[in-house]
Amino acid sequence: MSIEHDLQSPHGLGRPFDGRSASAQCDAPKRVLACPNCDLLAGVAGEPGSTSLCPRCGAVLYRRKRNCIDRPLAFSFCGLVLFAIALTNPFLAMKSGGFVQETTLLTGIIELWKQHLYGLGGLVLLTCVGIPLLQLVGLIYILVPLRMRLRAPGAVPIFRIIHHLQAWAMMEVFLIGILVALVKLAKMASIIPGVAVMALGLLTFVITAAMTTLDPPLIWERLDPRR
Amino acid sequence: MSAKPTSAKSLGLVSCHDCRLLVPAAQAGHGRCPRCGAGLHARKPNSIARAWALLLAAAIMYVPANVLPMTVTSALGTVQADTIMSGVIYFIHSGSWEIAAVIFIASIFVPLAKLAILIFLLVSVQLRWRWRPKDRTVLYRMTELVGRWSMVDVYVVTILVALVKLGAVASIEAGPAAVFFATVVVLTMLAAESFDPRIIWDVIEEDS
Ligand SMILES: [Zn+2]
Repeated sequence: MSIEHDLQSPHGLGRPFDGRSASAQCDAPKRVLACPNCDLLAGVAGEPGSTSLCPRCGAVLYRRKRNCIDRPLAFSFCGLVLFAIALTNPFLAMKSGGFVQETTLLTGIIELWKQHLYGLGGLVLLTCVGIPLLQLVGLIYILVPLRMRLRAPGAVPIFRIIHHLQAWAMMEVFLIGILVALVKLAKMASIIPGVAVMALGLLTFVITAAMTTLDPPLIWERLDPRR
Repeated sequence: MSAKPTSAKSLGLVSCHDCRLLVPAAQAGHGRCPRCGAGLHARKPNSIARAWALLLAAAIMYVPANVLPMTVTSALGTVQADTIMSGVIYFIHSGSWEIAAVIFIASIFVPLAKLAILIFLLVSVQLRWRWRPKDRTVLYRMTELVGRWSMVDVYVVTILVALVKLGAVASIEAGPAAVFFATVVVLTMLAAESFDPRIIWDVIEEDS
């Protein structure tokens, strides 16, 4: 099938597909997408779980997902619980001589704030707490109604924000930061990792899973206001 | 391979940056994507000028980020200022060369490589090179992928500052380089985001 032909087909321009084939929540028609890296038009149609690569530049054109709503939703709920644990439990404690310094996840940010490094504190707060939390809450807000074939008010701008914030959620980098800090302080004092560290490790995995099980082109088709 | 590769642009279509809907260019003139409401542009607007400006600012900030101290440690009356490089050297001397490698790669090598690659891509596009478009696109994807890892050192400082507060015995404060360094990371990320790799391919399509 030529690309021109695809474009004339009813679904060619990414038009909403009719959701009447109710059994298949994640069923989708053949799509034509432009490569984000080289603008090549290519039809993408694969089994759920398959990945389409751009034939010209090798970029990932589209990853079709299984259970495209239930999976990210489950991971998002799981993430919220882990977030609550990570924010309320002890993070790291340092023992040196008679001193014990206990911290929570937010202590470092508050400390930067006290040292008048507002921008830096704000950046760490956003990239490690604010943005990941917003993504989880946003996904739940959009996906729960979508699961019941409803559209949450404001879902379109919220999903756009989630898409834009993707690059700025850096929890996995923070985990490496914890590791480096632990090694750095190991000679100076004994460090006791708290429950929050464990929760954070799991959270990193869960957030990544929530974002990678999501199928954005499909969600966009379902959120389409013209439908 | 079939005849000629077809880009969205050559068929008069604009792919929405946010939701990837393909909109006919005639309709796209009005500016907003009918599906998600994002601004529609065939290519990212002013992508080359914006990327240059952000890269230049990042390159300038890179100097104080490396020269000034990241952390200031006071222990038992002595005060010690550490730069990024002295942190790397400390880890080498204390035998944890893996951590030294992580910091060197994330804080010194990656920002420099990112600056160099993006400058190379900008120059190649402005001089309308036709050389290895696929490899240049791969280079671009790499800068997108690794940029975030440079934040490691900023997080290390945050954790150290929180933990090491033992009154007169020892305390660590964030140095001025922490701010410069975080700025470098943010600016290079924004530069990578504003560069449009599709221009690499436009040059080739226009010329053939
Ligand atoms: Zn491509």
